[in-house]
Amino acid sequence: MSETPILTVADLSVRIAGLHILQGVSFTVAPSGVTVLLGRNGVGKTTTLRAILGLTPRGGEVRGTVRLGDRSLAGEPTHRLVRDGLGYVPEDRCVFAGLTVTENLRLAERRGGVPAYDRVFELFPELKRRGRQRAGSLSGGQQQMLAIGRVLLNDNRLLLVDEPTKGLAPKVVTEVAEVLERVAVAVPVLLVEQNLAVVRRLADDAVVLAAGRVAWSGAADELLREAELTRSLLGVGVAGEPHAPAATAGVSQPVPAESAPVDREVSAG
Amino acid sequence: MSTIVLLTLTGLGLAALYFLVASGLSLVFGLADVLNFAHGLFLSVGAYATWWAAGNLPGAGPSGFGFVLAVAFGVAAGAVVGMAVELVMIRPLYSRTIEQVLVTVGLSLAGVALLQATWGADPRPFPRPDWTQRVTPVLGAKVPNSGILLILAAVLVLAALLGFLRYTRYGLVIRAGVENREMVTALGIDVRKAFTLVFAIGGAAAALAGALGGVYFGSVSPSQGGSLLIFAFIVVVIGGMGSVVGSAYAAVAVGLLQQFVNYYGTSGAGDICVVALLAIVLLLRPQGIAGRAATT
Repeated sequence: MSETPILTVADLSVRIAGLHILQGVSFTVAPSGVTVLLGRNGVGKTTTLRAILGLTPRGGEVRGTVRLGDRSLAGEPTHRLVRDGLGYVPEDRCVFAGLTVTENLRLAERRGGVPAYDRVFELFPELKRRGRQRAGSLSGGQQQMLAIGRVLLNDNRLLLVDEPTKGLAPKVVTEVAEVLERVAVAVPVLLVEQNLAVVRRLADDAVVLAAGRVAWSGAADELLREAELTRSLLGVGVAGEPHAPAATAGVSQPVPAESAPVDREVSAG
Repeated sequence: MSTIVLLTLTGLGLAALYFLVASGLSLVFGLADVLNFAHGLFLSVGAYATWWAAGNLPGAGPSGFGFVLAVAFGVAAGAVVGMAVELVMIRPLYSRTIEQVLVTVGLSLAGVALLQATWGADPRPFPRPDWTQRVTPVLGAKVPNSGILLILAAVLVLAALLGFLRYTRYGLVIRAGVENREMVTALGIDVRKAFTLVFAIGGAAAALAGALGGVYFGSVSPSQGGSLLIFAFIVVVIGGMGSVVGSAYAAVAVGLLQQFVNYYGTSGAGDICVVALLAIVLLLRPQGIAGRAATT
């Protein structure tokens, strides 16, 4: 990570309803490629993304600094951060079920920008065909395509993507990974992901959270190469390990999310 | 037969009044999660502003175009008050439900007291065009024109609201915001502007209810808004919080039920039946007829 980072998170602490979820998290995101945020469930990965975007629940206490390039994001409302180029694909997709696919996309058009429908429909031709269909009636994979498509409609400086393969069928996991791989060529991505096969395919850098703190950061290859390190940080074995679970699946055959979780003991995250 | 027709049309007139109050209330709750107990005040503001304008505003009066101008003034006053309430009193209190309830209840009480202090507690005769005091024969029944006026106004408001919600950018934002407000923000949209807009729309619709309710009842009094608000809340809960169409269905059900039971049963039994209907809906379908979707 020798280049000037696109995102710098320094000493980020989040306290919600008396729980100290993040306790001084610091890391940087490189200006290109994919930085993956890893950790067992409940360590604060989603909370980190939401805190960067200013989406911490009212009453929650956030401390520390977040900088996008040279600019501090402190006190900026979420909608302004997004307009300034922080694209967000939330966990569980959060498409508007009662709106059509077209309406979901229209809603994402940003004022003053030219929406890149060509880019979205080239990546996800199905969205064009299903324009009049209500988003709530789409399959999980199609909803994920819509959630990603919504963000790609605009030019972004950084994408925050939260568990894009969660609960998807293996074939769809592959498709989503392919799309993110193509997207990451043009725009840096901070990715929260549980599927190690997808991580292996996409990630350039990795940041591992444990108990609300950064437990490890560096090149993703380095982390995944060290089986013992991966096991100790993530609680799961990797390729070649005698006790490794399905995370041994090859890159070209990503396993379903449910068969390669980092840890599923705690659901908050 | 003529009695049934009369009861149906007067019941629909009452439903129209409920719908005009409930539609804004429902959108405000659906989008902003605000239980606005001051919504009845918007109705009173509309009624009193129309009453005042008919006697004092140049060009306005109790008949013809003058009456239209007076009603427009009342509706504009309701929209402005709605907007001001959101900007000044509600905006600092989003996500603080108890404080919101206290503020809106307090505002409602203060508003009624202010109207009483200014124009007295007794009902005042409302300026009405002559034709609204006449009746129109429909299938043998003599239906008051004021009721027909209310029905037509409610149908127009319903159509306008649906058109706004379906075909405009802000309508899209409101529909999405009713489903997931946070995600709307995460798409780069300042949802607070939509909050102000729904308060203005709700204020205008309630003010129209106040003005046309004045025509229907023939008088205006400071407590009118509060008494209609109770039924409007029932309509919102039955219809589904945040649903305009649900409010329309629920308003028709409540208006007709009230009118028929009050006529064929004892006076006041209609109100009890409405509360019973509310209880049944809450037991069988807690999310209301239409659930939480603005245009279904």
